[in-house]
Amino acid sequence: MYEFLGALGRYGLKKLASLGRSTVMLVNALWGVPKPGKHFPLLVQEIYFVGVQSIIIILVSGLFIGMVLGLQGYNILKDFMATGSLGTLVALAILRELGPVVTALLYAGRAGSALTAEIGQLKASEQISAMEMMAVDPLRRIIAPRFWAGFISMPILSILFCIVGIYGGKFVGVDWLGLDDGIYWSGMQNSVDVITDFYPMLVKSLVFAVACTWIALFNGYDCKPTSAGISAATTATVVQSSLAVLGLDFVLTALFF
Amino acid sequence: MKYVKTEIMVGMFMLAGIVAAVVLCLKVAGLVMSEDSSTYTVMARFDNIGSLKIRAPIKIGGVLIGRVEKIDLDKDTLTPVVHMAIESRFNTISSESKASILTAGLIGEQYIGITPGFYDEDLGTTYLKQGDTLKDTGSAMVLEDLISKFAFGAKE
Repeated sequence: MYEFLGALGRYGLKKLASLGRSTVMLVNALWGVPKPGKHFPLLVQEIYFVGVQSIIIILVSGLFIGMVLGLQGYNILKDFMATGSLGTLVALAILRELGPVVTALLYAGRAGSALTAEIGQLKASEQISAMEMMAVDPLRRIIAPRFWAGFISMPILSILFCIVGIYGGKFVGVDWLGLDDGIYWSGMQNSVDVITDFYPMLVKSLVFAVACTWIALFNGYDCKPTSAGISAATTATVVQSSLAVLGLDFVLTALFF
Repeated sequence: MKYVKTEIMVGMFMLAGIVAAVVLCLKVAGLVMSEDSSTYTVMARFDNIGSLKIRAPIKIGGVLIGRVEKIDLDKDTLTPVVHMAIESRFNTISSESKASILTAGLIGEQYIGITPGFYDEDLGTTYLKQGDTLKDTGSAMVLEDLISKFAFGAKE
């Protein structure tokens, strides 16, 4: 019995300690807002790494998700003679949920895992300790630019995903299945609002950006400096980010709508 | 000043994001209308427009000839005024034509159907041009009205 309690207590303390370390890391990263001139090259490099290189996967999945929504939506709405609502369906589904959520999941898989592996490798080869020895703050130099790069990139990726998805729905609904172009856009424009749909999308993607990047960076920064440790940290990043995104999405949806 | 390839790519990425956000606001949320093809605007007064929306199609015999540009309420008579932007190449529509609000399918989108009227210069009919008003209109069929007429008997 005592053994069980002891094990539970140790587990809890360990989790709490790692939560504390991750918060300290996040605060330091937030503190280290990149300064123009000195840190911008680092930031640009990281935006290129997490943002630009994720574009292809985001665009392709956005296009196909939009096309599938268009196809499925059209076939179901056809039964009710309500194909005029296809634009509304595609736009609202993508803007409110699929856009930010799928972007965040893909981001966690594509960029988050890469961040964890990169930082874990830096740690395993003792480059982080070397930086500390040279009085270079590794949080400032390594963590902060990556965090801010994720924070900047994710909304842009979400917006691109939404646009491509909505045009994907249009390709299927209008160009292939013969729905009227004006009805597709007018139904959408009448039901989609900048305040109630577009801003929540941006807020969601910013929250997901913080969550995903934070989890990825902390897992890398805190991993065991071995190859097995890096592999475990990378897995943990993808699992934890996906769960965090889906959970946060529910909370945010409950708050917004 | 020389820029690295990475910086240029990031610049393009951010520009693409801004452009996409603008497109999302304009095209999807419909903040501003963008009509570039040349049209002329004709007004029509209805008693009830049902759920007619801006950019709904205007058709003659099922052929698309224009779109609803603006829906307004006449302050004096409190009747809806629909501004219809009709493509300029359809310039031989008689002023005696009838505009009615029809529904595509049972619960589909509503559109304006124009039934062409006769054209006879001796009787003073003209072709529709910019700023004209159609006098002969048919209001939207409102399902609730139909049901109440059926249930409680017509009182007109």
